Amino acid sequence: MMRLPWFEYRAPASVAEAARILADAGPTAMLVAGGTDLLPNMKRRHQSPSTLVSLRGIEALKAVSNGSGLSLGAGLTLTQVASNAAVREKYAGLAQAAGLVATPHLRNMGTLGGNACLDTRCNYYNQNYEWRKAIDFCLKKDGGTCWVATASKRCVAVSATDTAPMLIALDARARLASVGGEREVAFGDLYRNDGIDYLTRRPDEVLTAIVLPEAAGWRSTYWKLRRRGSFDFPLLGVAAAAKFAADGTVEAARIALGAVASRPFLVPKAGELLVGRKLDEDAIVECAAAAASRAKPMDNADMDLYWRKDVAGAFVGYALRELRGDDMRAERMKVARQTLA
Amino acid sequence: MSKRPPEKTRFDVVGKPRRRVDGRAKALGQLRFADDLVEPRMLHTRLLRSPLPHAIIESIDVSRAEKHPGVHLVLTGKDFPIPYGIMPVSLDENALALERVRFVGDPVAAVVAKDEQTASEALDLIEVKYRPLPTVGSPEEGLANPEPRIHDYGEQGNIHRNQSYEFGDVEAGLAAADHVFEDLFFYEGNTHLPMEEQASLAMIEGDGKLRISTSTQNPHYLHRQLARVLQMPASRIRVIATPNGGGFGGKCDPGNHEFVVSKAALLLGRPVKICLSREEVFYQHRGRHPVLMKFRTGVDRKGKLVAMHLQTLLDGGAYGSHGPASTFYTGVLTPVTYELPRFRFDACRVFTNKPACGPKRGHGTPQPRFGQEVQLDKIAEKLNLDPAELRLGMVTKPDSLTASWLRIGSNGLAECIRKVVEISGWKDKHRKLPPGRGVGIACSTYMCGAGVSIYWNRMPHSGVQILLDRSGQVAVYCGATELGQGSDDVLAALVSEALGIDPAEVRCITGDTGITPIDLGSYSSRVTIMMGNAALQAAGRLREQLASVVAESLGTLPAEVVFSQGQVFAARDPGKTMRFVEAVALAEEKLGTLAATGSYAPPKAPGKYKGAGVGPSPAYSFSACVVETEVDPVTGWITVPKIWIAHDIGRAINPVLARGQVIGGVYMGLSEAMMEEQAFRRLPEKLSAALVHRNPSMLEYKSLTALDMPEVEVALIEDPDPNCPYGAKEVGQGPLLPVMPALANAVFDAVGVRVDEIPVTPYKVRRALEAKAKGEDPRVGPTEFPKVPYPEPIFVLPPWEEGDGDAEKGDAARARSEKRRAAA
Amino acid sequence: MNSVTERVVAVRQNVHLRLSVNGEPVEVSFAPYKTLLEVLREDLGLTGTKHGCELGECGACAVRLDGEAVLACLVLAQDCEGREIQTIEGLARGNALHPLQAAFADCGGSQCGYCSPGMQMTAAALLERNPDPTRQEIREALAGNLCRCTGYEQIFEAVERAAGELRAAK
Repeated sequence: MMRLPWFEYRAPASVAEAARILADAGPTAMLVAGGTDLLPNMKRRHQSPSTLVSLRGIEALKAVSNGSGLSLGAGLTLTQVASNAAVREKYAGLAQAAGLVATPHLRNMGTLGGNACLDTRCNYYNQNYEWRKAIDFCLKKDGGTCWVATASKRCVAVSATDTAPMLIALDARARLASVGGEREVAFGDLYRNDGIDYLTRRPDEVLTAIVLPEAAGWRSTYWKLRRRGSFDFPLLGVAAAAKFAADGTVEAARIALGAVASRPFLVPKAGELLVGRKLDEDAIVECAAAAASRAKPMDNADMDLYWRKDVAGAFVGYALRELRGDDMRAERMKVARQTLA
Repeated sequence: MSKRPPEKTRFDVVGKPRRRVDGRAKALGQLRFADDLVEPRMLHTRLLRSPLPHAIIESIDVSRAEKHPGVHLVLTGKDFPIPYGIMPVSLDENALALERVRFVGDPVAAVVAKDEQTASEALDLIEVKYRPLPTVGSPEEGLANPEPRIHDYGEQGNIHRNQSYEFGDVEAGLAAADHVFEDLFFYEGNTHLPMEEQASLAMIEGDGKLRISTSTQNPHYLHRQLARVLQMPASRIRVIATPNGGGFGGKCDPGNHEFVVSKAALLLGRPVKICLSREEVFYQHRGRHPVLMKFRTGVDRKGKLVAMHLQTLLDGGAYGSHGPASTFYTGVLTPVTYELPRFRFDACRVFTNKPACGPKRGHGTPQPRFGQEVQLDKIAEKLNLDPAELRLGMVTKPDSLTASWLRIGSNGLAECIRKVVEISGWKDKHRKLPPGRGVGIACSTYMCGAGVSIYWNRMPHSGVQILLDRSGQVAVYCGATELGQGSDDVLAALVSEALGIDPAEVRCITGDTGITPIDLGSYSSRVTIMMGNAALQAAGRLREQLASVVAESLGTLPAEVVFSQGQVFAARDPGKTMRFVEAVALAEEKLGTLAATGSYAPPKAPGKYKGAGVGPSPAYSFSACVVETEVDPVTGWITVPKIWIAHDIGRAINPVLARGQVIGGVYMGLSEAMMEEQAFRRLPEKLSAALVHRNPSMLEYKSLTALDMPEVEVALIEDPDPNCPYGAKEVGQGPLLPVMPALANAVFDAVGVRVDEIPVTPYKVRRALEAKAKGEDPRVGPTEFPKVPYPEPIFVLPPWEEGDGDAEKGDAARARSEKRRAAA
Repeated sequence: MNSVTERVVAVRQNVHLRLSVNGEPVEVSFAPYKTLLEVLREDLGLTGTKHGCELGECGACAVRLDGEAVLACLVLAQDCEGREIQTIEGLARGNALHPLQAAFADCGGSQCGYCSPGMQMTAAALLERNPDPTRQEIREALAGNLCRCTGYEQIFEAVERAAGELRAAK
């Protein structure tokens, strides 16, 4: 049986206490919430923190509060996010993205904050220690070469979070706490395009909440490419949000992509070229082409990499047609094997 | 007049849906799988595996590991000088590598410690110095690089097995055909992925004998190999096959870990356990061989087969495993579905530096079946024939011989085709659905048990013993092994049917070489037929004993005593009756302790040529399958809304389980067809000599989830076979076989492109669609077949060419063959 | 003794925990690195919960934690202080099978039986929150439980039958 290495366990009751432990222990301490990302990694000896700080007992991280928008505690499980009535009503894309993560069990365990902070993934990295030894390790962990792009000085492990591209498209902000106080950043600014140093969160910070802006007039959707209807990480995530005038004219639009770089990112141009237009076929084709051109999948995940790039436009098209109000249930059923009803 | 009580014609148990005998324990989580077993003072084992694909071991230093606190024993190759292997012609494995490692994952050393964590820590303290050797990554590389040899035995260079058989003059047949179709196909390797990771617990029993409880499909073969490797009399070793958490062929070979824990238990005198990690299960493998195939098939103007030349090239991996048999199986069952006047097959298995391939559900036959059935679809397309009608017009006949001298008994293939065409609405769908939607059909056959044992002997293939006593309990003993396929349920059903009692009265004791009669194992779909026939013989003997005693009390003749529904009564006067338990008590009083054994060996096969032992079976099952697809014309994304399958099972003993086996087979076939790949990768040559499994995990080795599996409509065709118990044929493997070609054919019907390799994936479909759009050959698949030094064929005249089933020499036989064809 | 050694010695001690397993209070002492899966199987002797990957990739180890279906292989045992765990051993009602268990046994829901405990615990959680699920809802709920034997169909049928019986019993 695969087992965790030895570690010291801490279970703070408050964010302040968690931040204090992090500050004292330094980078050898790691936070664990749902455990669905960190624990497999620890079993594979990717991470061997000497101290695990469990966030489970911190009630504040599970808070949901309505203001002008919606604030979601980072410790809410993905199941809670996907089934939250306010999320489903106002931020449908987030409910879809959370509802498409992994499997029902993993959504019952994994948290929104954990998914946002998900370690980057790569076929040369997400392997047991023994396997990685057989390739003499890789740039991301214990080795000197990136086997995906051997000339690369940068690790190209891929961001595989479903919720982050959607949160970026929704223009959400991340709230972080440390002993030095709190700060808020735009969600896109939480990430770097670096497979190793992929988060701008400092090791002594706790991601406490995700703050969504007022959603009046906005519609959003998330489309995910993967081989199977469950388990699999995204090979492409298309997150789209748009604000429509009463006559269907786009007033604002934000398209973000996931799983095609070491970070999720906004494609500003793709959204901008929709503004002032209706989502007719021409607009969809133009927008899809603009967004798809930014998809740069690498050969470090499932399925053929050229194909993954080739179908990016089609997936942007699915998202835009759903935003337009088309009945996409049949298409969704084929692609996702579920209706997300 | 016979003294025997009459055979059953109406059934009390057989054919009725019923809770399986082990259903309760499984639902309760009470069933003890190997890793669930715990013994006092038990120690735990982990294996150190090679990080190099091919290397000489220059030295191993275990001194630091031995000193690690909590470590009890460290073993290396020198503790296992005697090699083993499942087949006597391929004894090429050592429990721990002696001087050479042959793939990444080859076990090199073992640590036995107080717990797994400690054992794992100690693995890091073992220092192994390797001298790397050049590697072979594919059969093509193996053919091109005879040196260095991965093994110092085999045909030549890195060729493990190489063979050729010709039944009638095939070139002459092809020359006379109206059309000759030449097609290449490739079938990627895949693995069993049983939910249970292999585990074993070895200990010394109170009587001083070694006992190993282990997840194995073949306790008998393991028993023999343990005796060999440990140099102990087999009578001092007891192998208990624990219920397998899925097998599918993956637990047929003896595993390195089984020898390791046995040896450790002997050395330490303490119970020693191991459970492989999921990654290690991928290294144990023994799964589907990657096979490259070339079919040259001649047909007449109506599409009927005239002659076929099949060539196969198998990627064997690093060890022999079942390879000699697998190599045969890429050819031998090809002529069983359709009348094929002349047939030649050449097959070559090459060693490569990857985990050993072996038997997976369908063993060697899904690959050529895929090629054959897709090629038939192409033939139908070219000649503008209905693919179902084409097949129906040339199905083999019951009680016939193939060109290769296989005897086919009952044959429900025609009925299967008719049935699946009907229930799927084939005639309204094929070539008639809107663009992007399509249906495909394919057929198949499988053996009901291999006609010969893995090692040569004249003894029974299966033995059953039944004990009765005055309590009314019926204890049935057999070496057969429960994998989930329901063999215990078959045993209970057959014995209870024969004795006229409720299956709940039967206690099955199976898969334990210490107490059960030998059964060769749960492989080749042999258990229902062989164990079943042995069980019916044993039960029949008991019935005779009971009838001889109770006839007098019932005022009838022994031959007229009927056993049914827990009662024993006179056929002509059902009022005269006694309870079964009373009959047993009476017989025990008169005859003493009651027991009987039964045994079974398959009938002798008609073929006499060398190699004729692979392929013959007491009976063959048949299947026909229709798959419907929706294919996205832009992305190539494939959706399967529904699958229909008809399977000729002879007779369904428990229809719930039979249907479950069919759907399970369809599932595994579809999963292979769409996504499963045991694939490997090299790194850039200048930087690394690595050769590693691409995806040794449940996440990245893709198998269908509950969301991906379509509805399956099953029709069981019951055409009882006289060689089988109550007519029941196999169902464990056959229904998998037609699914892959049916899917590929359905994709063609939907979007007009051919993917001539498995798996059929969206990116291959899209690539073929792009080719089609450019006016190129709308096909993805292999384009070259390497030059393989196949030997001169063993030439055998088919039955209809005045052959006698033996090999013939030289041109004279060819001339006779051609003369016969011309005359016909 | 230097401080590093001290620390290792300090960490390498068993921890002690109280939790509720199948409705009964339990105290258990275990190595602190263990997941709930290891503690259930190795320290509490509840081997009905299976394991197929230990990485959250198969669903074989699903149990209910405070009612929700979770993967025991990725739950820190130390996170379970005071929590309610239900395993397959706690599903039956005395000697009578739970309707799910009876349906699995009768409908062919178990072949090898290795995925059955995880399947049933997941299905039990589903039926509690949705007593009358559609076939598609069952598929979605069981999408995290791999099965290699059945092709899932008879599992769906078993869950449907159990759902009907549970509703009828209400």
